[in-house]
Formats: sequence, structure tokens, C-alpha cells
Amino acid sequence: MIKHMFPSSLAMLGMVSTLALAAETPASLMTQYAQKAGVPVSALSAQRGAALYRTEHAGRDGQPVSCASCHTASPQQAGRTRVGKRIEPLAPLANPQRFTDAAKVEKWFRRNCMDVLQRECSAQEKGDFIAWLSQLK
Amino acid sequence: MNYLMRGIGVLATVGTISLLAFSLPSGEAHGDGGDDALPQLTHKNWQQECASCHLAYSPALLPKASWRRVMGGLDQHFGENASLDPVTQADILRFLETHAADSGNSAIGSKVMRRQGVDKAGANEAPLRITETRWFVNKHDEVPRAAWSRKAVGSAANCAACHRQAEQGLFNEHDVRIPK
Repeated sequence: MIKHMFPSSLAMLGMVSTLALAAETPASLMTQYAQKAGVPVSALSAQRGAALYRTEHAGRDGQPVSCASCHTASPQQAGRTRVGKRIEPLAPLANPQRFTDAAKVEKWFRRNCMDVLQRECSAQEKGDFIAWLSQLK
Repeated sequence: MNYLMRGIGVLATVGTISLLAFSLPSGEAHGDGGDDALPQLTHKNWQQECASCHLAYSPALLPKASWRRVMGGLDQHFGENASLDPVTQADILRFLETHAADSGNSAIGSKVMRRQGVDKAGANEAPLRITETRWFVNKHDEVPRAAWSRKAVGSAANCAACHRQAEQGLFNEHDVRIPK
């Protein structure tokens, strides 16, 4: 009996640890970004995150651009890419899949900060951003 | 100047095609028959990455050289940063090359290549946009210019605005609805 159970429980353990590796939460990402920025999580600011989302910058073509340009004024709403494809809402409450995959989060911060700010975002900015989005009701 | 030349090119193509159209049975006005189906392809990274911003455009619509140019410049992809990690990038390029217009793997690809070769002197050997291929221009010659910039369309990159089943890879001419 024990002999039979052993391999399957090992497999179960394996699955659980893979899941644990892959799945992040907005809160765990905030912790990681705060750590990287060298500040306590409590120092992340939803207010700064909101400003980061809304502030317009001169884009690559000189036109004003902000996160809201594609994600709309409300991150609880679906947005549109420049070629008209739907973007699922950014706010975790409206879209629970947001901020659950660290690699995906990093990819989009890298791309979109370059497009909007013409530079990469700092760890602190990323933390602020998630802090704001995850408290939207 | 460039646009003027392109305009003349388009007009000349339109003229030739309308002449051709009279000699062909209806429904085959472009002499293309019904073999314009896009190959039904699946590839995880292509579908996941390319289609997060736009339709996963068929690799059969551009030659290999074009796909190399596209994938080599993802950090400035038509005005946007679409950069990928090197492994994913190489994986997608391999897929695109395997099914490119000049891979010999699809009827539609061969047609795109044949059209590109009509006039060697004017043909762009590695166009960056599908909309720059002669095949595409020819296929859309009856679409009014203003339709492309309508709000519901945005640009010619938005296939699904008019081809309602584009997401499923279906581009049948009879299902086209151009938004007002």
C-alpha cells in the first residue's frame, strides 16, 4: 500500500511546487518589487501608481502617450491596442489573471515603460503601479 | 512622391484587374478562385506572443526575408516595443520561416510570391508589412481609401474589423462587412 502511494504522492508534491513557482499574486509581486527597491512594502504608494498610469509623456512619434492611451481612463475596463485588438482589464478585481505571472509582468513593464516613458521603470514604480491597481474597487 | 508612385501603381493594377474581371466568371473576379484559404497553423509562442497585440498574421503572407526583418527589429515594431526574450524570438522566427510565403508549404504563399515577382524592378523583396505586398494591394483594390481610417477599423492591420472570422483564420470574401 505504502509502496503504491509513494510515487503518486511524489508526483503530487512535484505539481504543487511547480504551481508555487509559477503563481504570483499582486501582493507577492509588490513584496518583490519593494525588496528590489530597498524599501518596505508600506512605502509603496497607490497615489504615485495612479500618477504613473495617468501622466502623459511625449511618445516616440511626439504624440502624447500614457498607459491610459491603450488601457483607457479606467483600468477596470477593457482597452484596445493601437491596431484595435482588445486588451483585458488591468485591474486584478476585473481580471484575476493580472499580476500572477512574474515573467509576463516583467515583459510588459519593459515594453510599455519604453513606449510611454522612453525608459525602463524602476522597481519602486512597478511596486507603486501594482499597489494602485490592486486596491481599485 | 512615394505615395504618388504607389498610387499610380495601385491604379495600374486596378485597371488591369478590372479588365481581367470581365473575362472571368463572377466570384472569381481576381482570378484567384477559392484556393485562398490560409493554412490552419498552431504554434504556442506565435499565437500567444504575436496575438497579444494583433491578429497572429499568417506566416504564408510574407517571404522569409521579411520575417527575418520583422523579428530582428522587435524593439521598434511599427512604433512599439515588442521585444521578446531571445529563446522565444528564435522559436517564433523558426516557425515563421518554415511556413513563409516562399517556403513552398502553401498555395496562398506561392500566390503571394508570384504576385511579388510580377515586376521585379518595382517589387519590394522583403516588405515589412503584409499590406505592402502586391497580393494584398490587389486583393483590397475595391475597398474605398477612407474605409481604412474609419474609427472602427483604425488601420489596415486590423483584419478582424471587416473579416469578422479572421481570428479563426477565415477570410472568405463573402463574409466581409466593412464598418460604417
